[in-house]
Amino acid sequence: MTTLAASKRPAAVSSEELLNPCWAEVTDLREEIDSTFTVWLKFKDPALQKGYAFEPGQFNMLYLPGYGEAAISICSDPEKRDAIGHTVRAVGNVTRAIGRMKKGDEIGLRGPFGTHWPIEQLEGRDILLAAGGIGLPPLRPAVYHILHNRAKYGKVILLYGARSPSDLLYTNEFEAWRKSDIDVQVTVDRADDTWKGQVGVVPLLFYRFRLDPAKTAVMTCGPEIMIRFVVFEALARRIPADRIYVSLERNMKCGQGFCGHCQLGPFFVCKDGPVFPYSVIEPYFGVEEF
Amino acid sequence: MADIPLSVGTTVALPKDQLDPLLSRLRDKGYRTIGPRIRDDAVVYEPIEGLADLPRGLTSVQEAGRYRIVASGNQRYFDITPGAQSWKQFFFPPRVSLLEFQKNGGWKKHSATESAPRLALVGVRPCELAAIEIQDRAFLREDFTDPIYRDRRKNAFLVAVNCLHPCGTCFCASMGTGPKASGGFDLCLTELDEVFLVEIGTDAGLEMLKGLPLKAADKADVQKAEAGLASAKERMGRTLEIGDLPDLLLKNLEHPEWQAVAARCMSCSSCTLVCPTCFCWDTQDRTSLDGAHTERQRVWDSCFNPGYSHQAGGNTRPTTRSRYRQWLTHKFGSWKEQYGVLGCVGCGRCITWCPVKIDVTEEIAALRKEEVRS
Ligand SMILES: Cc1cc2nc3c(=O)[nH]c(=O)nc-3n(C[C@H](O)[C@H](O)[C@H](O)COP(=O)(O)OP(=O)(O)OC[C@H]3O[C@@H](n4cnc5c(N)ncnc54)[C@H](O)[C@@H]3O)c2cc1C
Ligand code: SF4
Ligand code: SF4
Ligand code: FES
Repeated sequence: MTTLAASKRPAAVSSEELLNPCWAEVTDLREEIDSTFTVWLKFKDPALQKGYAFEPGQFNMLYLPGYGEAAISICSDPEKRDAIGHTVRAVGNVTRAIGRMKKGDEIGLRGPFGTHWPIEQLEGRDILLAAGGIGLPPLRPAVYHILHNRAKYGKVILLYGARSPSDLLYTNEFEAWRKSDIDVQVTVDRADDTWKGQVGVVPLLFYRFRLDPAKTAVMTCGPEIMIRFVVFEALARRIPADRIYVSLERNMKCGQGFCGHCQLGPFFVCKDGPVFPYSVIEPYFGVEEF
Repeated sequence: MADIPLSVGTTVALPKDQLDPLLSRLRDKGYRTIGPRIRDDAVVYEPIEGLADLPRGLTSVQEAGRYRIVASGNQRYFDITPGAQSWKQFFFPPRVSLLEFQKNGGWKKHSATESAPRLALVGVRPCELAAIEIQDRAFLREDFTDPIYRDRRKNAFLVAVNCLHPCGTCFCASMGTGPKASGGFDLCLTELDEVFLVEIGTDAGLEMLKGLPLKAADKADVQKAEAGLASAKERMGRTLEIGDLPDLLLKNLEHPEWQAVAARCMSCSSCTLVCPTCFCWDTQDRTSLDGAHTERQRVWDSCFNPGYSHQAGGNTRPTTRSRYRQWLTHKFGSWKEQYGVLGCVGCGRCITWCPVKIDVTEEIAALRKEEVRS
């Protein structure tokens, strides 16, 4: 059973550095949709900012003294090196406090952590990205990577769904993505008066395409129930389980596989994931409450 | 006496009263000497000066949900079997400061980690040595080491004691971790009525013995020790068949026994706190009332705590059934894939200290009995 290779972290990073948050400052904070915002961070130490690199699908631990720490995916372009973007939904202690921050405020940041979408290994393939709700931010760096290297990929389809039209993220970018030949398909669970698009859950969008199982790779992130159905639809189209990649969410405290919180069977989602080939987690993923 | 050849791997005899000078030497070298003492009718691991502090002539009777200190019927110092505490508290402290933050304009970070104490742990059982080695695998990985654990661990001096007196919940023989220590100590004692036999495990151990009035190990004494250990192996209160682990557990994730045990389990987390191998922890921020000072701490956590698996998407393990299953399948199952060994050393603590007498050896037997292969 092999998980994806862990991050490309510079070998010089010590255990202490992996555990200690370093100060970053907010360069911009903007609401995306109701109670969800994108915060841009830049290390106060320019050398740290310069040395910081991540792969699509990795996450950071964001820390506010007195509030605590939360795992947040990096949502920005890996080639954009002057600031690091995070789209955050305010659901609890840390995320609400981050939402109240202003430009120039300080936050502790450590990362990047975890495995990444194996996007470079998938050159030459058709790519199907399937995201639900707040599952799109961790996939967006992969979209940017594809945009920068569009000729290296075959058909690229993004399936994206949210509860309602006002819950859709990044809608102002979809036109640019479509222009670069990414087939962006959007659906909502519940339409409103303004909505002219598709209604229904993400897995239903599979019925609009013929996928070539020999060529296609799937990457999916979103609520676990959505991931389950996306995997089901992909397997039904004979896409092999080791070419379906899923990103999982668990309670995380350390990000280094030694606090125990994020376990899924033998795996620590923080270091063996969050991105897994489905074939690896298959024996455990279907087990309720495991 | 000075001509006794000393080398790593050899066994010599140490007169009992010479444990005191050995401990004071350790203290002279800067070690804090910690060993078993009796407090509140139970054995605890606390600072000791010498023989006078040890639980002489005492042992414990242990059964599921039951622990009593009783007279052992002899005058040995180390016949007491493990209590609720384990040595993990010294390398993996229950509560430890990670960082401190002071607000003055912005936030300033101070390192809060005290320099690691030098600890000499005296009276470490073979099962407990094995537990330390298991925690080493969790905290001292090739790709990552926990600095707090690393510093405390590398400073430590370990005096093991072979186990001649297992109790009712012990099953180290089944787990292959005891009753005789096979390594991982600086010195290892086997306590006979008249003398300690001392096996030298490391150069540091050898160094500590030099100049003490040692004797060559008497052949009869060595035989006595061996016979005692062989008999201890036969007197384990529990046994556990491990040949089919971890498969048995990981292939029975939907077994009806999980529901049955969940009906009794109170999700109290005692088993994980007393377990010498459980390594889970949480972080907590302690903030002053004016909000200007925050101390970030690391505290023991347990997979039985409701908040343990909570995140925005909901609770991964909302039921006692799922939490007990996590505990057992981790210890006796997925641990093997994570660290190459099972996560249990057979110390019996989780059985003794379970308020409703849940017994891991019985639970595993129950899974085997009505095995439902999925
Ligand atoms: C790899 C990874 C990537 C992630 N990426 C993102 C991202 O890009 N954007 C994003 O917004 N989120 C992301 N998350 C999720 C984020 O880490 C969680 O939402 C995190 O819990 C937020 O922390 P918080 O302190 O704000 O909320 P918490 O205080 O943890 O609260 C979260 C929810 O759990 C409930 N809760 C927490 N503890 C308990 C308890 N003990 N008992 C009962 N209920 C409880 C709260 O009421 C709330 O509903 C990611 C998570 C992971 C693991
Ligand atoms: S699981 Fe129980 S018997 Fe095994 S090491 Fe932990 S406390 Fe001891
Ligand atoms: S059994 Fe539970 S508390 Fe113990 S290490 Fe495993 S997950 Fe952590
Ligand atoms: S977050 Fe600590 S083990 Fe994964």
